[in-house]
Amino acid sequence: MFMTALPERHEIAGVTLEYIVKGQGQPILFLHAGHGVDADDPLVALLARTHRVYAVSHPGFGASTLPVYVTTVDDLAYIYLDLIEALDLRDVVLVGVSFGAWLAVEIATKGATRIAELVLIDAVGVKLSDRETRDILDIYATTIEEIPALYFKDEARGRAVMGDLDFRAMSEDAVTRFARNREAMVLFGWSPTLYNPKLPSRLHRITQRVLLLWGADDKVVSVDYGRRYARAFPDARIEVIDDAGHYGYLEQPAAFAARISTFLALQTVNA
Amino acid sequence: MKFWHFSEQSMHPAWDHIDGPTKVVVDNRFCDPQVAHRLYNRYLDEWIVADQLGYNIFVNEHHASANCMSASCLLTLAILARETKQARLLCLGVPVTNRSDPYRVAEELAMVDVISGGRLEIGLVKASPFELAMSNQSPARIMERNWEAHDFIVKALTHRGKPFSWEGEFFNYRNVNIWPRPFQEPMPPMWITASGPTTGRRVAELGSVCATFFNGAGTKPLYDAYKETYLKTHGRPASIDRFAYLAIMVCGRTAADVDTRVKKVKAYLEVQPRTPKAWSNPPGYETVEANAGALRMGKTGRVNFGLPQNPSLQDMADGGIMFAGTPDQLYDQISSFSDRVGGVGQLLMLAQAGHLSHEETVDSMTLFAQEVAPRLRDYAAHKDQELVQAA
Repeated sequence: MFMTALPERHEIAGVTLEYIVKGQGQPILFLHAGHGVDADDPLVALLARTHRVYAVSHPGFGASTLPVYVTTVDDLAYIYLDLIEALDLRDVVLVGVSFGAWLAVEIATKGATRIAELVLIDAVGVKLSDRETRDILDIYATTIEEIPALYFKDEARGRAVMGDLDFRAMSEDAVTRFARNREAMVLFGWSPTLYNPKLPSRLHRITQRVLLLWGADDKVVSVDYGRRYARAFPDARIEVIDDAGHYGYLEQPAAFAARISTFLALQTVNA
Repeated sequence: MKFWHFSEQSMHPAWDHIDGPTKVVVDNRFCDPQVAHRLYNRYLDEWIVADQLGYNIFVNEHHASANCMSASCLLTLAILARETKQARLLCLGVPVTNRSDPYRVAEELAMVDVISGGRLEIGLVKASPFELAMSNQSPARIMERNWEAHDFIVKALTHRGKPFSWEGEFFNYRNVNIWPRPFQEPMPPMWITASGPTTGRRVAELGSVCATFFNGAGTKPLYDAYKETYLKTHGRPASIDRFAYLAIMVCGRTAADVDTRVKKVKAYLEVQPRTPKAWSNPPGYETVEANAGALRMGKTGRVNFGLPQNPSLQDMADGGIMFAGTPDQLYDQISSFSDRVGGVGQLLMLAQAGHLSHEETVDSMTLFAQEVAPRLRDYAAHKDQELVQAA
């Protein structure tokens, strides 16, 4: 998720973004989760078989810069709108995971003309329960050592993805990326914790089809939260994938890719 | 040298019952208000004794902690402003990055200064990392917020005349108007805590007192950076009263007395660091470089005290954690530590820690005041001359 840098650079609105582009076809903008994205992301690779996939490190994450004026999810959304225009992406599909899925929703509420569809994987971003009931795990009250068990169904698989949490054995660059990602998540998601109170009242602006994919064993945001989130969009459906945690897309990348592929093919039939 | 009596106002009778963290997540049923009532008043009594013995007074605050029941250092100082006569009153400090409202902080500071007749000394601290859990303030960009709060408080306290407005990055006020303004002109002396050279240099530019806590080997590089920057900024060497150091202090007439007291105090060293691991260093509190460096060294939390297993009195004195001994031993320990770090002019003394009783605390304070403090005062006066000549 954070081990290797992305090869390309793009300067936009005073930010240098690192990104990778793979494949040919309708564009997909992949929006990563809080622990980042690297050049070997398995879901990006699978989606690139049929689409042109852009995976970008958000400002402050990976090697993307963080100017002092970028401090909110709003800022990130506007930078992505700039990027979509600068790359002249049309009919782009936003595929976001966790924090990236929240970002996808923010982008689409602010400017949807170039967006074809949204795929939200184990998304955060909205508050649905009462004021004394958390919807989203307070990830900031958890330790690094807890990541594999919390974010994955299969802890061993999580440990493998996270380099066995052996930071002494990792490259300096990988450890710096990990530390930057953690700090950026604090900057953008601290409080309200991983949601925007204004977002539910803006979801009516997203008239595109939305597919929510959820790991059946997500311990950060429950399947029930996903179902309620789905009902808040004008046109959304949710599919639950077995043997998958919050980062289930890394545990079952083929299953997630297949659901996305079917969802996007349907659009082509109806077009 | 100036001497500051300090106590964390701990709920130490509860310690034996608490498993695991003693802060943030610790069940508040461990804090019996009846016991807290008795302890608060005991600790206040000890500060009144300190005033009578010629000490200055230093108070702090923490939140959700069995180690410190002072939820606001300015509440404690408000009481002591009235109850004491001579002592300087230091809050060290107001955790400005935990406070959402520095205007309110400035008002309370001015009020304590006026009630005490100009005895307040202002200490500002960043905030303990784990207390961001309670204040809910973000660890991200914490230093920027820290310095804006500092600048605002200084402006609010020193401004005279019609109200002013403040439209900063972190704080917005349309009508700043501190009533009353501080008793001391233009404002009470300022203290700022630092542990490393980067913050030390900033504190030196401001000319504030540089206070450091249990910093051991980190102290000399900090003080050196301060001295260099102070000389460059102000065109004269920093005097020894710019350098403050906090350690535990235990004094006894005999080795047996010392031994008994140290055993009771040591519980503090075990209990104080018991922070929930997730809150020991939230991302953003330290720089990315520091965090990445620590991870590569195999560390994922902050280290407190850094003492060896079963430390001896000498280990603790050398590490700048605890000075404990008979009056002669204390003089040697403190003066040699001060020599090693480049001169300590303000000794912040955690003189009640752990299970040390009221009688033992008062006896230890009295003995120190009578038999150690005068000699250290002379020592520091000579050391100050040395520093001026060296610069």
